[in-house]
Amino acid sequence: MSPDLLKLIFGRLGFESLPLHEPIVVGTFAVVALGGAALLGALTYFRLWGYLWREWFTTVDHKRIGIMYMILGIVMLLRGFADALMMRGQQMLAFGGSEGYLNAHHYDQVFTAHGVIMIFFVAMPLVTGLMNYVVPLQIGARDVSFPFLNNFSFWMTVGGAVLVMASLFIGEFARTGWLAYPPLSNIGYSPDVGVDYYIWALQVAGVGTTLSGINLVCTIVKLRAPGMTMMRMPVFTWTSLCTNVLIVASFPVLTVVLALLSLDRYVGTNFFTNDFGGSPMMYVNLIWIWGHPEVYILVLPAFGIFSEVTSTFSGKRLFGYTSMVYATVVITILSYLVWLHHFFTMGSGASVNSFFGITTMIISIPTGAKMFNWLFTMYRGRIRYELPMMWTIAFMLTFVIGGMTGVLLAVPPADFVLHNSLFLIAHFHNVIIGGVVFGAFAGISYWFPKAFGFKLDPFWGKLSFWFWVTGFYLAFMPLYVLGLMGVTRRLRVFDDPSLQIWFVIAAIGAGLVLLGIICMLVQFAVSFLKREQLKDVTGDPWDARTLEWATSSPPPDYNFAFTPVVHDNDAWWDMKKRGYQRPLNGFKPIHMPSSTGTGIILAGLATAMGFGLIWYIWWLAAASFIAMFAVGIGHTFNYHRDFDIPAEDVIRTEDARTKLLAGAK
Amino acid sequence: MTVAINPTQSGEPIFYLADEHPHPEGWSTALGFWIYLMSDCLIFAILFATFGVLGGNYAAGPAPKDLFDLNLVAVNTSMLLLSSITYGFAMLTMQQNKVGQTQIWLAITGLFGLAFIGIELTEFAHMIHEGATPQRSAFLSAFFTLVGTHGLHVSCGLIWLVTLMVQVWKFGLIEANRRRLMCLSMFWHFLDVVWIGVFTFVYLLGVLR
Repeated sequence: MSPDLLKLIFGRLGFESLPLHEPIVVGTFAVVALGGAALLGALTYFRLWGYLWREWFTTVDHKRIGIMYMILGIVMLLRGFADALMMRGQQMLAFGGSEGYLNAHHYDQVFTAHGVIMIFFVAMPLVTGLMNYVVPLQIGARDVSFPFLNNFSFWMTVGGAVLVMASLFIGEFARTGWLAYPPLSNIGYSPDVGVDYYIWALQVAGVGTTLSGINLVCTIVKLRAPGMTMMRMPVFTWTSLCTNVLIVASFPVLTVVLALLSLDRYVGTNFFTNDFGGSPMMYVNLIWIWGHPEVYILVLPAFGIFSEVTSTFSGKRLFGYTSMVYATVVITILSYLVWLHHFFTMGSGASVNSFFGITTMIISIPTGAKMFNWLFTMYRGRIRYELPMMWTIAFMLTFVIGGMTGVLLAVPPADFVLHNSLFLIAHFHNVIIGGVVFGAFAGISYWFPKAFGFKLDPFWGKLSFWFWVTGFYLAFMPLYVLGLMGVTRRLRVFDDPSLQIWFVIAAIGAGLVLLGIICMLVQFAVSFLKREQLKDVTGDPWDARTLEWATSSPPPDYNFAFTPVVHDNDAWWDMKKRGYQRPLNGFKPIHMPSSTGTGIILAGLATAMGFGLIWYIWWLAAASFIAMFAVGIGHTFNYHRDFDIPAEDVIRTEDARTKLLAGAK
Repeated sequence: MTVAINPTQSGEPIFYLADEHPHPEGWSTALGFWIYLMSDCLIFAILFATFGVLGGNYAAGPAPKDLFDLNLVAVNTSMLLLSSITYGFAMLTMQQNKVGQTQIWLAITGLFGLAFIGIELTEFAHMIHEGATPQRSAFLSAFFTLVGTHGLHVSCGLIWLVTLMVQVWKFGLIEANRRRLMCLSMFWHFLDVVWIGVFTFVYLLGVLR
């Protein structure tokens, strides 16, 4: 075939795009391909495709979508963590003239992919998954406001993850760092597909995140059970509301700034170039106007989880509910007034830097208020040291350290010394792992019995906990030291041999975290095998306080046979205390949304369009774009998107639960 | 929704609704669409901010004075404003359940929208022909992107309008279609408001600059 025709069909994709010269990547590909083939083979052999398609891929049930988000987050955690291990290994070895085992081309992709994956495809799915699962249950709703949109949002997130994963084996990923600053990320310095993978993965996933934000805000505002005023909402619901407001108010900024970068790269405009009047500093400002709220998007729900866990496992009402709510709202607002602290060194001048330094420090006040609220909740409580509570206490200790180094970095003169150093790396891992990751794990172990009807095995959970916590400290405390000694981030090789020991300690820490992750996976497997022993028939295994524990574990499709009525902050606690009797008759048909495959089809087309744009396969991009419009419009011609669960089905489900509860007594 | 949640006469608290009515269809739609519009508004806000920062960087290329034909832009603006008025008429006739008239007003709205897009494209073609391409300077990059994004929104609105006209034609002014027309109405007026910003901030201030 002529080269022109090949180019028309395949764009810039060719055999040379496959990273066959990278033995590590080839090895990874072999493992992934074998594992993937085994998985697909098993699914086919056990004839599970139909089941998966009907019950999971096309579902609009917020609970199943929530679980799928969690699975996505955990799978991507393995990828992101593999990148982390590679970096730790490289930095441990590359001393005294050694080049380590990763070349610069590969190493730069590894640290970029690590950041992008951990934030967008691990932390975001874990947080969104928990919100998706828990919020409708906590507010006594049957589903989210826009169930179809929820399914679509999830698949868009998956689409973004697919593009990032594809970059590992087809072409390459960005070598720019996780925020892809121009001019490095512009076409002149990054002519390959790496940055394009970055852009389209985030754009596809970003659409999903924005829509999911709109969806959950609406859900919380419009679908609360009667009696649940704003100030009676559980704290997790409050933090979810604030997080989703932040999502809606910040992700469009990311969309625009990436679109402008794409225009620079594809069309040759001059937004962020060095010449023709462009300004790379504009990019840095804009991306952090999204980026700073983003870290609060991640951590606020974690704060909510810790609030639920602390009050449940201390057997007490949350101390200072009102102040907790206001602290959350204040953090939400302040998170918009601090973005410039990410680049004090850019040279905005003393006044501007002071303003942003002070606003940054002010955030520690509401955060500190929260910390004291949790402490006072525990004070004189009958604390049960179950897994969720252990993660919470680890969080409180760890996060305070991260918070304090954060305040230190907020001082502009100090930041001039520490900017882009490993001190910064230690700081944000300290708050993201100590806050978001521990929070997600607390949430997983807390709500797992709700989602699956059996508790997680405590032995493997505690093993995982101790590996994670000690591993974290070993991995990141040395980075504080190195940062203070002046080591900057993203370095591949080192000269000074006296630094090596710290990197060795950090690598050992990363190894312990690996054991923690393995123990966690073992924990899931063991818990599944021991599910009869760990079974929860009551629906309320922790003697908890909020509405999600009022229904069975796992909850029926319709969540609640009758919509609950709320009289108190801790609605379920109040119901238990005042002798609530579970209704046994009078069930009626329940109106529910129907499943649809449109979400996954649209997201698949969006992903194909992204792939076409990355590789300049214009026909593919255009065709998928047009198909997306056609499918989307076609979907609007379907006016019958709901059905009724017949009363008999409700009666059967509820009677089964009645028997189960009677057996439990 | 008001629900009696006070204790019953016997003093027993009510913990669930024995006789409940599901939320009406589209219960959250108006709020959801508003929030979507606000997120879209943020997109424009960032594009305006970018234009504000980069709009004076001509890179020794053409400036607004050399490029903008205010008479043409005035005609264009009136097209869009008139389309908003006619959309308003469509909504009024929709309230009166007059399918035919609603369709006619929607069609007129679409024609005005089409005229707006046509004039805008002519303006763009003219500028590009004169060498004022989006690549020429940061000012022009920001200009084409801001105005073009607005134009893209109007184009999507036109596709949406046609879709809704087909749906009204097929299914009549049923509740779902009324809700959709209401959403498009908000979208359309929103684009009008954004255009007022573009007209003032980009064109009028640009010529003054």
